[in-house]
Amino acid sequence: MMNANTSVASSDTGARIKRGIIKFLEYAALILGSFVALLPIVSSFMTSFKSGDEYAATNAMTPPQNWFNFENYRQVWVEGDMLRAFLTSFGVVIVVVLVSVMMGSMLAYVLNRFAFPGNNLIRNLFMIATLIPGIAMQVTTYQIMRQLGLLNSIWGYMILMSGTDVISIYIFLQFFENLNVALDESAVLEGCTYFGVFFKILLPLTKPAIVTVAVLKGVGVYNEYYNANLYLQSNSWRTISTALYSFSGPFKSSYNIICAGVLLTLIPSLIIFLFFQKQVYAGLANGSVKG
Amino acid sequence: MSAPRSLSYAPGGRRVNWQKVAVIVAFGVVPVFLLLLFTYIPFAKMIQFSFYNMSYTKNKGFVGWDNYVKVFSKSEYVDAMLLSLYYMAGAVVQLSLALFFASVLSLEKIRGAGFFKSAMFFPFLVNGIAIGYIFKYFYTRGFVLDSVLQAIGIPLENLPYWLRDQSVNNWSLVFTSLWKYCGQNMVLFIGAIASIDPTLYEAATIDGANRWQQFCHIILPGIKTVFMLNLILSITGSLSAFEPAYVVGSMGANGTATFFIKIHQMAHVSGKVGQACAMAMVLMVLILIFTAGQRLFFRFVMKDSDNTFNAKSNKAKALW
Repeated sequence: MMNANTSVASSDTGARIKRGIIKFLEYAALILGSFVALLPIVSSFMTSFKSGDEYAATNAMTPPQNWFNFENYRQVWVEGDMLRAFLTSFGVVIVVVLVSVMMGSMLAYVLNRFAFPGNNLIRNLFMIATLIPGIAMQVTTYQIMRQLGLLNSIWGYMILMSGTDVISIYIFLQFFENLNVALDESAVLEGCTYFGVFFKILLPLTKPAIVTVAVLKGVGVYNEYYNANLYLQSNSWRTISTALYSFSGPFKSSYNIICAGVLLTLIPSLIIFLFFQKQVYAGLANGSVKG
Repeated sequence: MSAPRSLSYAPGGRRVNWQKVAVIVAFGVVPVFLLLLFTYIPFAKMIQFSFYNMSYTKNKGFVGWDNYVKVFSKSEYVDAMLLSLYYMAGAVVQLSLALFFASVLSLEKIRGAGFFKSAMFFPFLVNGIAIGYIFKYFYTRGFVLDSVLQAIGIPLENLPYWLRDQSVNNWSLVFTSLWKYCGQNMVLFIGAIASIDPTLYEAATIDGANRWQQFCHIILPGIKTVFMLNLILSITGSLSAFEPAYVVGSMGANGTATFFIKIHQMAHVSGKVGQACAMAMVLMVLILIFTAGQRLFFRFVMKDSDNTFNAKSNKAKALW
């Protein structure tokens, strides 16, 4: 009896020690993971506060002497014409998000609520499009944009970006499937047109889907650089990505100034992330299931 | 996508409902037009151009399969294609790490879980060009990475030039991709794990299953769809990898030019559009083969784990 009790107790402490070690290793792994994720950003952050001499003399991991030295930020903001780039980027984001939300929700409404010849064809066209890797077609897309005279045009870039976004259509389709048809029917009986049903009744109800699509698409467009570099090569329409890209010329060896530019571009993403974390995560989950 | 529902308030029938036609045309025509313009027309043109010797402005005529033969006969292209193996290896590590962190954050009570999740996810939101600068700085001789490694006792002489030395530079680039996407995969896995019925864990604990067994028999089968999709996306993504080489590797300098970088240079630097289209076609066919192959493989493998999952949950039910 005694023996049995002590052996239970000792295996208990054994198990507790084992749990403790596992817990310790788990925290160590999480701290290491977060450290690795943040280190590249934090090192750029510290460098962005260093003066030119300080940058040349100190190690990359030495904290700056003065954390309030915003000279690099001022310089990159003025000489890099960043205000203009931010305004261009925000303009593109607003237009593209509006167009995508409207197109996605309208098409989803039509596909979900009406039976018509071609309904399935359109769904299949969108589904098959996800299988064709867009990246493989950038050569011929460029050719088409060239023929349409949309090279170096901010409108061309906006049209290309709002192009067909299958993920937002999926998110809206899913949403409409869960909206009761009785809503539409009673409105139609009261004399509402189909356009009225969509704009007055259904669209306001899709607000959660709109926020998800807007956040996902907004962040995506804000960070887009491949097409921006390809299609917006003139200096008058620089987005934040192309502006940043051009810094390697004038600020070539002054990494302290470039780091300030890099940090400035991160601020909008950080703000959106802090305020819309839930929508960012939800949007990702939606997007990934349909690939 | 599920089949369209025929709606009672907009019946078809013989009489044409003009209002219905109007709303369908008004709401559908622009997205479908853009889909054709930016997906199907480029696709058709890509097939066509791949058989021509042409640039953006001049067409020097039909050349049959010549462009395709060149893709496979030049070792330069085959080498570029083999670079994707680095990215595939990276994808496997990335998904394993993401799954590990997702399980720890979901199964255990972790203080500051929100912080860890956000910290590891945030790189996903960083602008690609910014990533280019951040990592060029990170890998520069004697800078961030070297300082950290020196701090843990590795002398600088023993460290390679991370972006120049061809024995390591592709791994350096793969790491930047892992850095960006690992947290995103983790968030997706956390979402999938959260949708698993929590009573399964209780039942398993009563059964005497430890964490590892719970992971193998509850979590893995429970998130298999999401996991599989991410694996397929990462592997096919490896075939068309270009971002790290484009932004961090200075457009594929020092033997880091992936196949996509070669396509980009062929079209926009050399101006050989026909050849670039043939390369893009090869890339696309490879991606489709890999996607189909993996789907078949998983259908075969997952059938088995489906059964273990069902057996487990039946057992759990019997227990209650």
